[in-house]
Amino acid sequence: MSTVSVRDVTVSFESFRVFDGLSLDINEGEFIVLLGPSGCGKSTLLNAIAGLLDVASGQIWIDGKNVTWEEPKDRGIAMVFQSYALYPRMSVRENMSFGLKMAKTPKPEIEKRVAQAAELLQITHLLDRKPDQLSGGQRQRVAIGRALVRDAAVFLFDEPLSNLDAKLRNELRVEIKRLHAKLGKTTMVYVTHDQIEAMTLADRIVVLKDQQIQQIGSPDEIYRRPANLFVAGFVGSPQMNFIKGRIEVTGSGHEFVSGKRRLPLAGYHFTLSPQAGEDVVLGVRPEHLDIVEAGIWPGFKVDIVEPMGADTVIWCSDGEGSIQVRTSGSKRAARGDALSLGIDPDQVSLFSAATGERL
Amino acid sequence: MSDVIPQGRRPRHLTPARIGVYAFLITAALFFLLPLWIMVVTSLKPMDEIRLGNIIAWPQALTFEAWTKAWSSACTGLECNGISVGFWNSVRILIPSVICSIIVGAVNGYALSFWRVKGANILFGVLLLGAFIPYQVFLYPLVRIFSMTGVYNSLLCIVIVHVIFGLPTMTLLFRNYYASLPIELFKAARIDGGGFWTIFFRVMLPMSTPMLVVATILQVTGIWNDFIFGLTFAGRENLPMTVQLNNIVHSTQGERAYNVDMAATMLAALVPLVVYFVSGRWFVRGIAAGAVKG
Amino acid sequence: MSTVSLRAPSISPATAPPRRRLLTRLPAAFALLPTALIVLIVYIGCMLWTVRLSFTSSTLLPKLDWVGLAQYSRLFANDRFLTSAENIVIFGFLFISGCLILGFLLAVFIDQNVRGEGLFRTLFLYPYAMSFVVTGVAWQWFLNPGLGLQKLVRDMGFPNFTFDWLVNQDMAIYTIVIAGLWHGSGLTMAILLAGLRGVDNDLWKAARVDGVPTWRVYASIILPLLRPMIVTATVLLATGVVKLYDLVVAMTLGGPGIATEVPAKFVMDHLFERNNIALGTAAATIMLVAVISILAPWVYMKYVRREGRHA
Repeated sequence: MSTVSVRDVTVSFESFRVFDGLSLDINEGEFIVLLGPSGCGKSTLLNAIAGLLDVASGQIWIDGKNVTWEEPKDRGIAMVFQSYALYPRMSVRENMSFGLKMAKTPKPEIEKRVAQAAELLQITHLLDRKPDQLSGGQRQRVAIGRALVRDAAVFLFDEPLSNLDAKLRNELRVEIKRLHAKLGKTTMVYVTHDQIEAMTLADRIVVLKDQQIQQIGSPDEIYRRPANLFVAGFVGSPQMNFIKGRIEVTGSGHEFVSGKRRLPLAGYHFTLSPQAGEDVVLGVRPEHLDIVEAGIWPGFKVDIVEPMGADTVIWCSDGEGSIQVRTSGSKRAARGDALSLGIDPDQVSLFSAATGERL
Repeated sequence: MSDVIPQGRRPRHLTPARIGVYAFLITAALFFLLPLWIMVVTSLKPMDEIRLGNIIAWPQALTFEAWTKAWSSACTGLECNGISVGFWNSVRILIPSVICSIIVGAVNGYALSFWRVKGANILFGVLLLGAFIPYQVFLYPLVRIFSMTGVYNSLLCIVIVHVIFGLPTMTLLFRNYYASLPIELFKAARIDGGGFWTIFFRVMLPMSTPMLVVATILQVTGIWNDFIFGLTFAGRENLPMTVQLNNIVHSTQGERAYNVDMAATMLAALVPLVVYFVSGRWFVRGIAAGAVKG
Repeated sequence: MSTVSLRAPSISPATAPPRRRLLTRLPAAFALLPTALIVLIVYIGCMLWTVRLSFTSSTLLPKLDWVGLAQYSRLFANDRFLTSAENIVIFGFLFISGCLILGFLLAVFIDQNVRGEGLFRTLFLYPYAMSFVVTGVAWQWFLNPGLGLQKLVRDMGFPNFTFDWLVNQDMAIYTIVIAGLWHGSGLTMAILLAGLRGVDNDLWKAARVDGVPTWRVYASIILPLLRPMIVTATVLLATGVVKLYDLVVAMTLGGPGIATEVPAKFVMDHLFERNNIALGTAAATIMLVAVISILAPWVYMKYVRREGRHA
């Protein structure tokens, strides 16, 4: 059974339609990440689920109840914001208990829940501080704590880690994942533009662009079998290599041809069957290229070497275009070295040049 | 559960709270509009109608006679040449005062925010405090100084006074604005070999348009509305419009011609009102920028 | 090279760079000179001169004798001055608190996503563009009992209605407050509205998810956030209170009797009409002391305490 269900929802500002008939089902206990560049509508969708934004048509169901017209407080949700949105000049304890007080929860119950949440997030020693006496990471913990005490079935996160520096971001990311595991059946909907957060946290990722869902799938699916050129390019760093070419049919099956580069596609699982001579784009992730003695693509020269510690990215070209190769950090190469590349056809993606869709 | 399936937009009702909001705003708007309305309708009525009629009613016998009279023949004390004399005096005071005070303020602001001159911070601090000191503390000695130097009761005198007391706000305005510009801009200009005045005229001044607009709005309304300096320093020949208006209203000769009073008041309010309505949001920005934020 | 002159002087061995540095800064010092002179002569010199004169027996012309605190004891025995002082306290308290309350309410109500927001804002603020003289004359006309508001309400069928505050000794000062509110509350509204618009939108969302009623959000969350704007508005209004002069002159001329006299007017009258320079400057000095004693805690809070925390 799904806890959150967005059914044929349209959201519009003035006459501009943000979403037109968008549907999405989220299962109980699932961690869903809405991923996309800024302006793709991911936050709008989250606000619509929260009830902070009216939908123009369609329905929103949470926990088996049609909540389309319900106030946010009555939807059984809790929310964490990018700017923390802690109530200023209230102590951490007051911040966490304010909502419960508004809902006329009995005092002992409030105290119990605040204590539990504080314990879980290790902020018990901060309970009597004011927000401006806390660091960014502590503030976001408090904000999560404030959401936690609401005992909600669905947690909504709106880019909660974007205001933090890299180290804290990693720390809190793990914390959120641990929290999700501990809470067990709580559904989490998490908005971010950061693909690493999406990959590490999500059970399923929803990739959005221009108010359209591009692909829904597990991180592995999104990474290995991107549904179109946008998803392929947006997820993964360094970016996937895109090589323009066309499909030729030979005796042994299909083959990708780009100038003098050729790649037999015997091991490739086509989603759509390609036509001979069709213009396509081949996508290869840098780590799926190998530097070998006698590879299928010889004649490359090293342009730039970027050592990154655990691995090294090598930019090389063969006069027809530049390609990035990700190889182990122990590999040594110097500008001007000759290279030969090997490719596993099972790991590549093919897209139609006309539509951008996966073949 | 009701029979209607909730979908689409939440149904909105005109709640009592919503009606209350508008009721409050409209009442407040009436409070703010009423004096202006009364001024306008009174200025358009003949005196008979004012004596008998309703103060807020639209004139039955609409006449612009009071406006003509206020402009050209109302008595300001012994002379009866209307408020037009004051209008032109105000214009003569306004133009040099606004220009001079803005130039001085811009140069000061620039020097204070980019050039580390010894004692500049103390200077700025005293200047800021000076903005809060009541004018009455300075007036008498200033009058003495001006009489000794022979410029008392002249156009020059009132312009100097406006520049002096415009200094704190104008300096603050431009100092804060220049301080908000990236210091790298100044460093780059220095490395390119620019001197004090070159950098000011070639780099800073061209970037100052927004503050020049704000400062002009602030100074035009401020100086036009001034009463106390005009009264004290301008001299009988140069009394600004506000002082003339006060003289018309409080002139003791004969029965008070309320319609002429109100026409004169409207005339005196016209310039700042036009500035206000034309400048819109810039006006608010001016007040906010002029407010001492430190 | 001009880059050299930006470096710390200790690096360069010779005396040339510091002198160069002085030369490049000379125009800046020169540009600030007129202002420095004005500050020295007018802001400091004239102030001290006024204080000095208050210890003399000057009447029509300034004398430089010394009579100690004689003028001050005369001042505090002077009915006119005591009324002025009392009036400015009444006016100051009602005007500042009134403008803050009315301004806050106006700002909050305008912030409710209303239609015609721009129109309302324009209407609430336009009086601030007008001079105090215009304000005073307009309200004097509206509130005069013979032809103004009192007559209007009586003609509407309430023959016993009385509103004669303008000519009533005990109430006249409150008409000045009303005119002041009309003139100044729009300014407070504008400052606080800018503050409201600066509130983080996520805060509103968080409060809505928590189910906090709107009035409670304003009272418990927004109001504390607006503190800097409230301080700014208060300081601005307070300087207006101290300078209160034109409005009184235009509206009541200090009357009826001496019911609406204010300190600024007391000083002006004694300096320029009643030929009592010493008493006038003594009153001005009292104003100065009052302002400083109000200003000092604010300056302390804003600058000294902040520096202390950083140190």
